[in-house]
Amino acid sequence: MTVLDEPVNETVAPERVPHVDFDTSPDRYRHWRFTVDGETATVYLDVDEGGGLVPGYELKLNSYDLGVDIELHDLTQRLRFEYPQVRSIVLTSGKDSNFCAGANIRMLAGSSHPWKVNFCKFTNETRNGIEDMSAAGQTWIAALNGTAAGGGYEMALACERILLVDDRSSAVSLPEVPLLGVLPGTGGLTRVIDKRRVRKDRADVFATKSEGFGGRKAVEWKLVDEAVARREWDRVVAERAEELKGDRPADAQGIALSPLARTEADDAITYDHVRVTIDRGARTATLVVAVPEMTDDPAALHEQGAAHPLLAITRELDDAILRLRTNELEIGTWLILTEGAVEHALAADRLIADHQDDWLVAETTRFLKRTLKRLDVTSRSLIALIEPGSCFAGPFLELALACDRQYMLEGTFEEAEDATLPSGAEATEPATLVVTNAQFGTFPMGNGLSRLESRFYGESLDDVPRDTPLTGADADDAGLVTDAPDDIDWTDEIRILLEERASLSPDALTGMEANHRFVGPETMETRIFGRLTAWQNWIFVRPNASGPEGALRKYGTGRKADFDQKRV
Amino acid sequence: MTSARPKIDFDAKIPNNVDLAGDRKLQRALERWQPNFLDWWGDMGPAVDTKDVYLRTAVDVGRDGWAHFDHVPMNEYRWGVFLSEHDPDRTIAFGEHKGEPVWQEVPGEYRADLQRLIVIQGDTEPASVEQQRFLGATAPSLYDMRNLFQVNVEEGRHLWAMVYLLHAYFGRAGREEADQLLARNSGSDDSPRILGAFNEETPDWLSFYMFTYFTDRDGKYQLGTLKESGFDPLSRTCEFMLKEEAHHMFVGTTGIDRVVRRTAELMQTHDTDEVAGAGGIPLTMIQKYINFHYTVSLDLFGNESSTNAANYFTAGIKGRWQEERRDDDHRLADDAGHVDAFRDGQITRNEVPALLALNQDLRHEYINDCKTGLKRWNRILQKAGIDAELYLPHVGFNRQVGAFAGAHITPDGKVVSESDWKARKDAWLPTELDKTHVRSLMHPVLEPGKIASWIAPPSTGINDKPVDFEYVHFH
Ligand SMILES: [Fe+2]
Ligand SMILES: [Fe+2]
Repeated sequence: MTVLDEPVNETVAPERVPHVDFDTSPDRYRHWRFTVDGETATVYLDVDEGGGLVPGYELKLNSYDLGVDIELHDLTQRLRFEYPQVRSIVLTSGKDSNFCAGANIRMLAGSSHPWKVNFCKFTNETRNGIEDMSAAGQTWIAALNGTAAGGGYEMALACERILLVDDRSSAVSLPEVPLLGVLPGTGGLTRVIDKRRVRKDRADVFATKSEGFGGRKAVEWKLVDEAVARREWDRVVAERAEELKGDRPADAQGIALSPLARTEADDAITYDHVRVTIDRGARTATLVVAVPEMTDDPAALHEQGAAHPLLAITRELDDAILRLRTNELEIGTWLILTEGAVEHALAADRLIADHQDDWLVAETTRFLKRTLKRLDVTSRSLIALIEPGSCFAGPFLELALACDRQYMLEGTFEEAEDATLPSGAEATEPATLVVTNAQFGTFPMGNGLSRLESRFYGESLDDVPRDTPLTGADADDAGLVTDAPDDIDWTDEIRILLEERASLSPDALTGMEANHRFVGPETMETRIFGRLTAWQNWIFVRPNASGPEGALRKYGTGRKADFDQKRV
Repeated sequence: MTSARPKIDFDAKIPNNVDLAGDRKLQRALERWQPNFLDWWGDMGPAVDTKDVYLRTAVDVGRDGWAHFDHVPMNEYRWGVFLSEHDPDRTIAFGEHKGEPVWQEVPGEYRADLQRLIVIQGDTEPASVEQQRFLGATAPSLYDMRNLFQVNVEEGRHLWAMVYLLHAYFGRAGREEADQLLARNSGSDDSPRILGAFNEETPDWLSFYMFTYFTDRDGKYQLGTLKESGFDPLSRTCEFMLKEEAHHMFVGTTGIDRVVRRTAELMQTHDTDEVAGAGGIPLTMIQKYINFHYTVSLDLFGNESSTNAANYFTAGIKGRWQEERRDDDHRLADDAGHVDAFRDGQITRNEVPALLALNQDLRHEYINDCKTGLKRWNRILQKAGIDAELYLPHVGFNRQVGAFAGAHITPDGKVVSESDWKARKDAWLPTELDKTHVRSLMHPVLEPGKIASWIAPPSTGINDKPVDFEYVHFH
């Protein structure tokens, strides 16, 4: 986050909060550009000051808002799918004088609490995605050709190597605590100690020193890897880009991420395979993932590209999650359903299980992994409804396991009046689900465990029936579902459950669900989404940050914040 | 799915006006529950073996005769499910949903509270059957034995009514609760009934009349508040139950009438208050039984100041007695009320938000209603030329629940020391000696038209039948 010397204006009024669209493409970027030279891409952050997503602030000093982050997210997807041959990615600034001043402070000070929280969550997800790319052979290198402050430095921290120009004035810093009274909350505090292994006393000095450190000291304290003199800069950056190249297939041919086909109505979003319907009265959204027939041949994926069902479903689901999360704050419960033959889902399962040596299959798998992780950190009650005609098998079973609860119909709907499947599907065979290899590590959660391991934490998974269709009763016995009511009970059980859920405190639910979803080991990721985010969100609602006399509001007014001095 | 269990012919076996024959969900639930109920009735229901009993069976809710009288073998009694007639325009009369249409389904938000209220009410119904299990063996007349069994089968039907609600509206959780209603038993060490008063035994007929006068009257008031509920099926169920409850209280009121009348006769005949030797129950003993049953029944209303009651009211799931006849805003959000309190050794009152005072409000209505019986009995005494009067003890006397729990208050409302209270307790509450005397009078009288020594005969029979009608047949 950043240092700007203009007064902060009023909270962004509701009518000024836009309906956020995550669609973009390189020809539409306002804040980023990139070049690809053989196996190295160079990504330039070059923020358009007047290009803020919401009126009321200027994105000075390469500071960013959600719009800038949406483009970065799109850019990472392009590099993954359209430029698979790229092995190293240099992240640098398109401005002469500084790298990035972080999240725009006027934007932050003027934003509602949910907006701040959603913005930070999405930013965190993109940062984690950058690390996921490096692990997959597209290594990110931060080439800080000027000062990187706050969120700017946090962006660098997501890279595997940080080069800082040694010009006696450029520095890296985390000024949030001393200047703004909040935290470097998009991974900053965590990555400094977890990833860069900076000693905690030094981390403490660094995070309270608004101007930060540059040059030799920054290297000595491990805040950056190298401080490079101006005249050496281009050469060293190019050398590092060469040395740090990851492992990618030489003959990889990218596929185009064509625009998503999507129609939107007031209470519905419809894609080719994913349908969302919103019941505003009940405050629920129903997400139906329809899985069409597909082959397990990777050639089909290359041939169809973005139109291939597995990739298309993943893109649609990702987009739907982001839209609901950002634009539908009061829709507190999501019902997740699937539709299609179990055999279709199992074809996708085989494609994934047997062809990880194919870069596109592997990339699609990682994309689905990240999308499922979005569900894990979504602050909504997630309920899987497993009904006849569904295909919760293999990769698609992960959707159910990501949910807070799973309800599976035992048997079929016997009477037409009860057979109001939210999916609208007509089905005469009982629902079955299938546990496959996909539940055993293909899609780890942020805690490093599979969702199945998390579900049965500390217990043996030997008895979980694999590769066999399980009915409601079987799945209930195996502990894979919360309950398996039959058709007589189904309608009432689900209705009462949803009404009861809707009556509970949204905040308490968010906290409860976030705690239940992540068992076991802490990782850098869980610490960012758990500890760092929870503290940041607490600080965001405290008067010391957001009150009229708080540091966020007073910043840049020339007046000091008036703190409530009680330590809590 | 197929079931090996034989199907029950529902409409024939279970008189109802809830379209049982057309409700698969309910049928399945009842198919499983009904055999368990019959087992329970066999194990815990009336212990006297009879051939048949002249009983009233609810067969409809209509104005022209909802009840059918006939001699019925007890185990063939047709327990039915009835809701009072549906009013399509009914709206919620109180709380934050006031004016909205009543709910025909359980609102998920109030599922837990509604289920709890129904379970607590439902738990009392079979409890009283269990408490009265052995009374039939010492009935003072066939008329009384018949009344006892009538009360018992109707309490059984009230259990059915609550089970119907649990089965029809609360899904699997409701079915589990319905099973538990049969698994808890009055006085059981392992799984007692929920409310204390329903774990006391009903060892003799004086206790039975007292129970039906005082404790069933608590039931009347609880049902009356549930009748106001915004959950329409509960409201309609309770409204119909109240018709039957009226008969239970009639049994209590007239039973005590007859005991008092007989005691007065004996007092005059033998010209003494000490009628025990003449096979009667002295007035002082009757007063002690009143003291006991009245005060344990007062406890059933819970704490004077109750956030639960306030929440139920605001939610629209449990109202006040005769809610619609009250002329206030029916929301009470800003009103104040008073509750009884005991502070620094003094009986006093606290001002609290009116919403928190609803239990006190209901208890107050109940107390006023109880007074009518006392007037009746004192009139009997007066007509017999006897000076003594029966009375209701002070609300703080002998209380285990609420503001006066732990206080030592005499029946006339004086605060005394614990030792003082204990020393005088035998003058106020039935002693072992009193109970032994009452029990010693309990001999069955099985000849039609004959009556035990300690009680006067009823003035009229049941359903226009003569008093000496053969209300019960034996094998
Ligand atoms: Fe009853
Ligand atoms: Fe009763």
